[in-house]
Amino acid sequence: MAGEEKQMEILYDMASLEWLEYGFMRNALLAVVMITPLFGLLSTMVVSNRMAFFSDSLGHGAFTGLALGAILGIFSPVESLLLFSVFFALLITWIKNHSTASTDTIIGVFSSLGIAAGLMMMSYGGSFNKYASYLIGDILSITPGELKSLAVVLAVVVLVWIGLFNRLLILSINSSFARSRGVSTMLVEGIFAAMVAVVVAISIQWVGLLIINSLLVLPGAAARNIAGSIKQYHLLSVLFAVVSGVSGLVLAYYCSMAAGATIVVIAAGIFFVTLLLKRKFLK
Amino acid sequence: MLRRLFHQAASQEDCTKLCCTKIEDFGVRAGRLVIFEHVNIHVHCGQLTAVIGPNGAGKSTLLRAVLGEIPHTGQLRYTDAKGKHTGHPVIGYVPQYLKFDVSAPVTVQDLFAACMNNRPVWLLPVNNRQEILACLKRVKAADLIDRRLGALSGGELQRVLVALALNPMPDLLLLDEPVSGVDQNGLELFYEILEDLQNNEDMAIILVSHDLNMVARHADQVVLLNKGVVCSGTPQEVFQNKRTRKIFGMLADGGSRAGGTGFEWLLHKKKQAPCSCEDGGGDVVAKALEQAEAGEDADGRGGEADGNTI
Repeated sequence: MAGEEKQMEILYDMASLEWLEYGFMRNALLAVVMITPLFGLLSTMVVSNRMAFFSDSLGHGAFTGLALGAILGIFSPVESLLLFSVFFALLITWIKNHSTASTDTIIGVFSSLGIAAGLMMMSYGGSFNKYASYLIGDILSITPGELKSLAVVLAVVVLVWIGLFNRLLILSINSSFARSRGVSTMLVEGIFAAMVAVVVAISIQWVGLLIINSLLVLPGAAARNIAGSIKQYHLLSVLFAVVSGVSGLVLAYYCSMAAGATIVVIAAGIFFVTLLLKRKFLK
Repeated sequence: MLRRLFHQAASQEDCTKLCCTKIEDFGVRAGRLVIFEHVNIHVHCGQLTAVIGPNGAGKSTLLRAVLGEIPHTGQLRYTDAKGKHTGHPVIGYVPQYLKFDVSAPVTVQDLFAACMNNRPVWLLPVNNRQEILACLKRVKAADLIDRRLGALSGGELQRVLVALALNPMPDLLLLDEPVSGVDQNGLELFYEILEDLQNNEDMAIILVSHDLNMVARHADQVVLLNKGVVCSGTPQEVFQNKRTRKIFGMLADGGSRAGGTGFEWLLHKKKQAPCSCEDGGGDVVAKALEQAEAGEDADGRGGEADGNTI
């Protein structure tokens, strides 16, 4: 009985939007509303281009970037994170296109190197604990200044998505075919990889290295199960991302859990539901 | 070339610019492995050149090298009637359909819209549906416009890809084993479309195919590729060549049923399209051997590894 009452209380609190009275929750909500559509958009092509493993390695590369920044001390951590992530993404894309080894092997090599080099440098002098927060992330720690930069990233990604998407779509279907349509595969792939790298780098401190890749995979994967066209695919992917983001944040607040992890579990739940519905939607 | 004077194809202007695609001394290596080398092929407007050869002969690689997708040695030149170099032609390409990602939530209309202009498909409604329908009608596929790529059969997808390759109308059309896994109806429809293109548009077509009967019936020029050009010429010349018969004979002996090729050229619809480039063939055409072989053709020892022949 007590449990039930508690639940009712929580529901009542949610409905009264009491949680929004806290400044950090308002910021976190704003951040989620901006980050999740970003992941929803990118997710469509990460899944279509079979880049789930690639985006995972970007998180690992970001880890090295962070450590490099701390050790060299030339840039601020965020700058070094961004620079190194983009460099790392372009490097993998280039090697992938200029090597006969299979893509997953190459990505696997860089992914391991990224995380290992990062850990090595961070643990230097026994100061690893400083960085532990990057593994899990904390969306509640976001500041108004960071919100502004997040808005800028969102605007840039949407603009690039408008200009680049058709070519990206053709490329995702078949690269030789794309080539014959005059699509510069290296350029398009490079821009896309760099864009994913920037988004991963900038949001890793709020979402966390361990789960950031799930946000790049789950919305697209879930939408792909039931979408019948490109427009539906995008609409559903963004919708799933935002819904799991907002509901995950609220749930995490009331049950005092890690927000990022809760968001991912809800997104995974949506994925399994769509998986069951797949047969009904697609003939 | 009276046909060139009177035809009304969309590529009429281009045709005056491009007459011959010359593949000169092409070679591709993967590491130390030589895929093929010293390949010389000249492809003319209005002609269908078929590239045949066993698996691993480098046929698909040749097309991808022509596309510029993989690095190669040698030159690719596009010349007009006077042998002058022209700019880059429009190339249409139809890949082997098996390599397509068919599970994507992409409709035929999405794919066309994405290929035809830069209007973001995910955001704005399509504004050229009529144009897309017209393209699809050309390959008798107008009813497929709202289907998902994954819901198309092999033959349907093939036709959609051909329709895509024909917009904009190319000067050079590359078809990579376009009918692997397509049923009899799809096959006939496909060759009907090809014939229509040969007759009405002035484009050069390079077709990679395992279907020797269809090649014999439709091609103007046949190139037998196996790590290099083994022989080339008219279908008649190539299928009578001893080396052709040896390569495909060996394949047939390797376990699959022997199909009847080698003299299907009798059914060839056009009688021997003349070669207008003076050095029109490949490296060696062993004419003497053909003469010697001509008598024993009736045993039809041809056939094909995956039993695609009819």
